[in-house]
Amino acid sequence: MISCRELADFIRAYLDGELAFRERVAFKTHLALCADCRAYLKTYEETVRMGKQVFEEDADEIPEEVPEDLVQAILESRKKLWP
Amino acid sequence: MDEASVPIPAAADAPDDESSLLVSLRRGDEAAFAVLVRTHGPRMLAVARRYLRQEEDARDAVQEAFINAFKALGAFEADCKLGTWLHRIVVNCALMKIRSRERKPEQPIEDLLPRYKNNGHQADPAKRWSGHADRILESKQNRALVRSCIDRLPESYRNVLLLRDIEEMSTEETARLLDMTTGAVKVRLHRARQALRGLLDPHFRSGKKR
Repeated sequence: MISCRELADFIRAYLDGELAFRERVAFKTHLALCADCRAYLKTYEETVRMGKQVFEEDADEIPEEVPEDLVQAILESRKKLWP
Repeated sequence: MDEASVPIPAAADAPDDESSLLVSLRRGDEAAFAVLVRTHGPRMLAVARRYLRQEEDARDAVQEAFINAFKALGAFEADCKLGTWLHRIVVNCALMKIRSRERKPEQPIEDLLPRYKNNGHQADPAKRWSGHADRILESKQNRALVRSCIDRLPESYRNVLLLRDIEEMSTEETARLLDMTTGAVKVRLHRARQALRGLLDPHFRSGKKR
């Protein structure tokens, strides 16, 4: 049977459907027998979900407006390109 | 003309519909450019700040992105929204900025990866967390915590995580943007996720044993 360390190494490939049949069977067999690895996989998946959601939902991240000096600098740069 | 004298059009005077805005931009209408910058600038600045820790660098990336967009307006085919197109451009500019900088030694990611006993078992057995991502992220404090943990990842790992998991770019596109092999992208993504999990774990770990 594969070890917890080996299972952890396979997680990304497992989630991306990249494991070969024998590797997938070994992965699932270990998972069925190891509560620690089930918890690890679950929290790994939650981590990925949180990473996505924290930027999707976080309106606090977006400033209300761009600083005026930056707006002016951008518009000035355009004028220099196309006077 | 000095900077302060660049006219600032009122939003109400400017085209509000994306296709008419595009027509005005291509015509070289000054007011339309100002509308574009004011409408899309805030989101672009937020995106640049994800990649660049220095505010000055983030502002430079946004300026560079708008200049690149102005130059490429003729080639924009409107098969996606202007915002999506600008988003891609600013990500590119931020990455170019990172690549042009002198590389500093990074904190080794190994310090943040899980540890195992000699027999291959987890040294610190994992526990489930006290709630699901949706529930945990309802709290503004937790959202700030997750973002600060992402910021703590070594830059080369954080960038892969941002491009793959947050921008949802393909492995191939990420590899191209970061000038890496697809294999290296996969390894870094996995390590970045493991490290992030390790940083979040003490905060969200359930008190009860499964």
